[in-house]
Parts: sequence; structure tokens; C-alpha cells
Amino acid sequence: MDSAVALLLAQDGFTNGAIYALLSLALVLVFAVTRVIFIPQGEYVAYGALTMAAVVTGQLPPTMWLVVTLGIAVAIVDGVVAVREGAKSRLPLIIVKNAVLPIAAMVVVRLLPLKELSYPLQVLVALAFVVPLGPQVYRLAFQPVAEASVLLLLIVSVAVHFMMVGMGLYFFGAEGARIPPFTEGGLTLGATFIQYQTIWIVGIAALLIAGLALFFEHSIYGKALRATAINRTGARLMGISADLAGKLCFTLAALVGAFSGILIAPITTVYYDTGFLIGLKGFVGAIIGGLVSYPLAAAGSILVGLLESYSSFYASAYKEVIVFTLIIPVLLYQSLTTKHVDDEDEH
Amino acid sequence: MAAYLTPNRALIGFVLALGLIPLLAGQFTVTIVNYIGLYALVALGLVLLTGIGGLTSFGQAAFVGLGAYATAYLTTRHGMSPWGTLIVGMAVTTAISLALGFITLRLSGHFLPLGTIAWGISLYFIFGNLQALGGHGGIDGIPSVDLFGLDLGNSRAFFYIIWATLLAAIVTTQNMLDSREGRAMRCLRAMTMTEAMGINTLRYRMVLFMIAAQFACVSGWLYAHLQRFVNPTPFSLGQGIEYLFMAVLGGAATVWGAVFGASAVSMLKEYLQDWLPKLLGATGNFENVVFGLLTIIVLHRARDGVWPILMRVFASTVAQRDAARSVEPALPLPKRDVPERGSDVLQVINVTKRFGGLVANNKMNLTVRAGEVMALIGPNGAGKSTLFNCISGVNPPTEGEIRFMGQRIEQLGSREIAKLGMSRSFQHVRLNQDMTVLENAAIGAHLRGRKNFVQSAWRLDREEERRLLWEAAHQLQRCGLGEHLFDTCGSLPLGKQRIVEIARALCSDPTLLLLDEPAAGLRHLEKKALADLLDKLRGEGMAILLVEHDMDFVMGLADRVLVMEFGEFLAEGLPREIQTNPKVLEAYLGGVDE
Repeated sequence: MDSAVALLLAQDGFTNGAIYALLSLALVLVFAVTRVIFIPQGEYVAYGALTMAAVVTGQLPPTMWLVVTLGIAVAIVDGVVAVREGAKSRLPLIIVKNAVLPIAAMVVVRLLPLKELSYPLQVLVALAFVVPLGPQVYRLAFQPVAEASVLLLLIVSVAVHFMMVGMGLYFFGAEGARIPPFTEGGLTLGATFIQYQTIWIVGIAALLIAGLALFFEHSIYGKALRATAINRTGARLMGISADLAGKLCFTLAALVGAFSGILIAPITTVYYDTGFLIGLKGFVGAIIGGLVSYPLAAAGSILVGLLESYSSFYASAYKEVIVFTLIIPVLLYQSLTTKHVDDEDEH
Repeated sequence: MAAYLTPNRALIGFVLALGLIPLLAGQFTVTIVNYIGLYALVALGLVLLTGIGGLTSFGQAAFVGLGAYATAYLTTRHGMSPWGTLIVGMAVTTAISLALGFITLRLSGHFLPLGTIAWGISLYFIFGNLQALGGHGGIDGIPSVDLFGLDLGNSRAFFYIIWATLLAAIVTTQNMLDSREGRAMRCLRAMTMTEAMGINTLRYRMVLFMIAAQFACVSGWLYAHLQRFVNPTPFSLGQGIEYLFMAVLGGAATVWGAVFGASAVSMLKEYLQDWLPKLLGATGNFENVVFGLLTIIVLHRARDGVWPILMRVFASTVAQRDAARSVEPALPLPKRDVPERGSDVLQVINVTKRFGGLVANNKMNLTVRAGEVMALIGPNGAGKSTLFNCISGVNPPTEGEIRFMGQRIEQLGSREIAKLGMSRSFQHVRLNQDMTVLENAAIGAHLRGRKNFVQSAWRLDREEERRLLWEAAHQLQRCGLGEHLFDTCGSLPLGKQRIVEIARALCSDPTLLLLDEPAAGLRHLEKKALADLLDKLRGEGMAILLVEHDMDFVMGLADRVLVMEFGEFLAEGLPREIQTNPKVLEAYLGGVDE
């Protein structure tokens, strides 16, 4: 390997690593707040990329019917709860927020000349029909069992993954898709050529991470999420709704996932089932951080990206094996340094 | 109907009906039922792991693949006999499962599933890329199995091998769960209690994971010789997830739930793959969507799966069987030597326990002697339970020294301390609510048995098992619970559950008994019976340390009383001295201003 190839691989590794870092942050967030090991994280990546691919070619977002259907389902579930609690006055807001709004959005998007919209607006349209799936999935699949064991939540999580992949094939077909880059071309730095998209990815990932940090440090909702992550019961006693915290972090996870999909779709072909492996690599990063530390998870993700990139050069058939075997020494280290765990002492 | 359909008759009918399938049914049915048998074997392993042990694995398909590829490769490339390859496959599976278990099972419960996802994906890619294993094309020409000169080449003959294996696995699993080691496995989720009874929880989690992997490996071996061809596809992570769905849908805590779940999922899948695309007029993995949805609904509405609900329909039959049970008399278990009356059994010397900046116990000292009842009292939050946890090793002290029978124990875990002859009850009842009172009490006698899970699977433990259960029944009778032996613990009122905790502690034949608020929730006569029991135990030379709030109970029973307040020593003395001690009165009733 000469230095030019090495630099090229490093560039690749950092690009993918930045995406894994974003996903691993979302995974750590979701796990810390809700104890859900969010296997479907990668599906939001695929949904985001493929919805964007539809929008740029002027097609309607294929996920819009799903958003509307789930919205109506949420309205029914919330509506029943409201009626049972004798709070019928909440009904109009529930219906408008969950059912009317998605339907209105669907009508508006039909009227828009999607193909002619500017790129940022197209991104907004794609996000508008993927991100709501975050809180909707939380409300329907996870909220009813929010107090259950980590294990049960994990099985629900895998079931959601199965459903989303199955529906993904229906919505987007078996064909992969790419989208145009944010900016065409690239720049030459010495011996290497760097695509502008790479710079976009690393830059936006860094900005998003900084944005999340600001959100957690300074906004009241961010602080509420942190409080819930530290102590759920304590947070609830302080008036922080666990349901709200759950929905909020699933929204953030869906946003991060969908946006990551839009970021990578210009440099790699995304298929309906691509998300799973991408999400799992985010997991490897998150596991390196012990599922608790944000900076370690981000660093671990960059490591995963680099390892993947170099192993695809040396032993491309085994790159997945090499990446996933990385967690063994990590788990071994954690296992040997953890003294006593009593997390499942449930009654 | 209920009178005719006993569980045993239902089983015999099921086996007979099953035996007729290859003789009467068409090829399609035979094939489906063969696959159900293969899937159910894997799901059975997950029932043990998930339903019993509270752990889970997404990598079972990879273990199936290991068994299948081991025999495919060794029979076709090296001409080994299929029976030899089965042994090789099992050995490799055992080694890998122990290694994976060693890495992940010390960590929190969710690291095993995550580790097995990585394992499942890695093995799938290795199968697909190793040219020696035929790559994605796979290996064909696998020989048929030969049993005592009988060639089992066709799927109708092979049917009997598959189902005999599965039924043997079910029966041995049931035997294993109904034994000393099985009871320990069923209590793994309550780790603190289980360790305090001297049970090595890590070992049992490893064993459950190993058995689950071995069941999967055998299923893979059977699969390879049924199909006579293997490729990587059936061993992917997706299939591993499907196995988990089978176990969860059927009922993750019941062995027959595995068979039910495997049947339901295989048949549903068969029909859904046909019908859904026609119904929806498009292609897609709709069966996955339906399975995902079904799983979520089942977990929302019936966390224990569908099988227990079906069984409730036949509940009257099962109840009849339980009522008819009794405990067979057996030889008493050997007992520990009782220390000389009045000798020091427990010495707590300058023990301090800090939680961060909070000092929960500050330089506490106390001594308990053989043949005496020592009571520890104090207002709520005085640090009594913390001191109990320090002594019993549940949560070791920050500083200080604890001696039990002359041996330093402050650095030992609760399991080692239990072995030395100390047993305890918990303030918040820690019983397995679904197990019977008898089984719960028998957990306490765990350390007095030696037979392991292999012996119990093949019923080689019955003599010892009778002695353990006889001991448990004896202790329960002493505690006045003789009429509740076969009730589930969850059906008892809380006060009686506390007494079950005491009986469980007594089953370990302790030198020192630690009781955390044993009289709470008891009625007057029950309290009197408990006091009589403790008095009798004292008479036999047992040392008893108890925390209690009921002053009549304490003052009438205890030989000496130690009072704590705010984590500190306040007073110690005979009951009547304590009752008139001004410092104690102030702590309990508040100070009197002058």
C-alpha cells in the first residue's frame, strides 16, 4: 500500500466513521433514556436515503401512507386513553396532532413540484415523512411496555426491525438508489483528491454532534432527557414525563438516522436493507463506549470506520467479520473490569 | 372431559398421533413436521435461556450452522462417520459457547444478545466466504445417516430420528428443571437472593447458554443429514431472530411452548408466504411484517406467550395433579456440627459502610453467640439492613473486620459466606412467585446436594432429590406451612411469604440465622408461633440475629438488644435495660424539652 492509497482509505474510514458516530450517539441516547437497544436505528438511515431518492426524482415519498396510518393508530390509542381517563377535552388536540397533521402534510406534498424544489427543501420534505416514524414507533411499540425488562424491550426492538425491513422492501423495492451530492466535485490536496461530499459529511456530523451537546447542556428538554437517563424514577418525581422523554429521544434518533442516510446516499448505493449493518456498526461503536459514554462511543465509531476501510483493502471478504470481532476484546476488557452486576434483579 | 385428559394421557396421545404421520400423511406434511421438529429443538434451547434464565441470544442460527457445516465438511471432505461429526460439532459448539459466555455473561444481561448478534453475522460471512466450505454455493453430497445398519436416507424414516431427539430433549429438560440445579436456574433472575443461598449464578448462566447452543448444534446436524446439502442462507442472523420469535410467541418459560411456537411460526410462514402477496398484489417480505407485529402484540398482551393461555383452559386437570402430590419420606440430610453454646459465632468489629459521602454504618461493633437471639433495633433509616448486607456479604463493608466462626469474612462474597453456615432472609421478600412453596424452600438446601444437571436430566439424582425435598418439607412444617407445600408462593399472603423465607434459610442448616423483619405482616397468633420456633432453634444451639420493629416480639424473645440510630451505635443490653434507657426512649419517642 502506498501513501496515496493509505490516505484514500483513511478518508473513507473517517467518512463512514462519522456516520457511525452519529448513529452510536443516537443509540446511546435511546438506551440511556428508555433502556431500549434500538436495533431499527439503521432502518431510519435506509428510509431517509431512499425517501430522499424518491423526492429528488419527483416521486411522492413512499413512506407517507405509513406516516398517516401510524398517525391515525396513535390518535386512536391516545384517544382511547384520554376517554378512559375522562379527559375528552384532550381529544381534538390528539386528533389534530397525530392524524390531521400527517394527512395535511400529504396533501401539501402532492401539490408541491418536488423535482423543482431546491435541495435543502427536498431534504426537508424527505425528513418530514421519515422522522415522525420515530415517535410513532415509540408510542405504539415501546410505550406500552416501557417498564419491562431490557430483554423484553430488546425483543420488541428486533420485531420492529423485522417489520421495518419488510415494509422497506414494499415501499422502495429491491433496487438500490443514490442521490446527487450536496456539491459536485472535490478538491485536490497534495496527492489526494477529497470529494466535497466527504467534507459535508464530516462537517455536518461534527455540527450535529455539537448541536446535540448544546441541546443537552442548555435546553430544558435536553436537561430533562439527561435527568431521565440518570434516574428515571427521580426524573418522574420532578414532573418529567417518561413518555415525553421517550418520544423525544426516538424523534432525535429518527432525525439523526434519516439525516445520516441522506448524507451517505451520494457516496454509496443504499438498499432497503442496507441500514441494518450500518446501524450495527454504530452499535459496535456504542458498545466500545459501554453504551453509556458519548465521547467514547464517537471515538469507537471512528475506529470502526477506519478498521472497516483498511480491512476492505486487505481482506475485503472478511471485513464484516473483522469489524464485528472488534467487540470481543472490548467486551472482554469490560467483563474483566466489571465487578458485580445486579441489573436484572427484578420482581 | 377434564377427568379423562391428564397431562400424561395428552402426551401419549400426542406421541401416537405423531408416530402415524410418516405412515399416513403426504410428503408435504411430513416435510413441514420435520422442520417443526428441527425448529422446536432450537426454540427449546431459547426457552431455557430466555424464559428460565432471563438471557437471550440472537446467534442460535449460527450454532445450527456450526452443527450442519461440521458434519457437511467432515463427512464429504474427510469421510468421517456422521456420528463422529456429531461429537466434533458438539465439542466445538461447547467450546465456543463457553468462550462467548465467559466474555459476555459477567456483564449486564443485554451484552449476551449483542455479542451473539456479532457472532451470528460473523459466522454467516465466514460460511459464505471460506472456499473450503463451498462459499455461498455450499456443500452437497452429504451422506445419509446409518443407524444399526438401517439407512435413514428418506425423510419419512428421518422423521422418527428428529422427533425422538426432540422428545428426549424435552423430557430431559423437564427432568433437569425439576431438580436441585433446575431450581437454581429458575431463580437466576433474583441474583442477590440466589447468590446468598450459595448458588454460583454465573455458572448456571453459562450452563444454560451452553445447553441452548448444543440443542441448536444437534438441530443443525439433523438438518444437514435431512437435506443432504447445506449453504449459508438458513444460518443467517434473520433466522436466528426467527427462532427467538418462536420461543417468545409460544411461551418462553414453558418447554411445550417451544413446540407450539415452532409449529405456529412454521405453518403461518408457509401460508403467509403464499397468501399475502396475492392479497396485497405486490411482492415483499410481508410474513416478516406479520411476525414482527404478532410478536409485539403478544409481548404487549401476554408476556408469557400463547402456550400458558392455552394451558389455563385445561387448568383444572393440572390442578388435580398438583393436589395429589405428596412428599416422600427420606433419610435426613447430614447436619453441620453445632458450636459450643455461648461461644462467639459472629463478631463485627469497627465496621463502617459508606455510600459515596453518606455514612450508613459508622464503626459498628456487635457479637452474636451460639444459642442466643440478638436483636438489632432502631428507627427507620438507622442502617440495620445495611449492616445485615455487610455481614452476609451482599454489599461488603468499606472498613472494619467481620469474623464468622473465627474466620475473617468481610472480603468474601455472599456465596462463600453461605457455604460457611450463615443464612438470611430478606426484608423485601425474594421468592420465585411461580414456584411452589416447597421448591422455594428447597433452594435453601442447595449447598447440601451434589448431583449436577446432567445427572438430574437422566433422573440419577432421585435419592438425593427426595432427601432435599424431605428436608424442605420438614422445615416448612416446623414453620407452620405444612398445608401450603404445593401452593405457588405468589398465592400466599405476604406474612406467610416471609415465613417461607425463614424456612428456606433453615434448609441450609445454618449456624447463624439472620432475619430481616421476620414478624412484619404477621397476625398475633402467627407471631407467637414464630417466637416459639425461634426459641426452639435457640435451644438447639443456633445463633440468631434479627432486625425487628415489633417491640413486644423483640423484648419477649431476645437475649440481648442492640440499638442503632443514624448509622451509629446507641445502646446495648438486656431487653429490660434497653426499655428504660433514656437515650433509646429519646431516639424512639423524641426528646423531652426541659
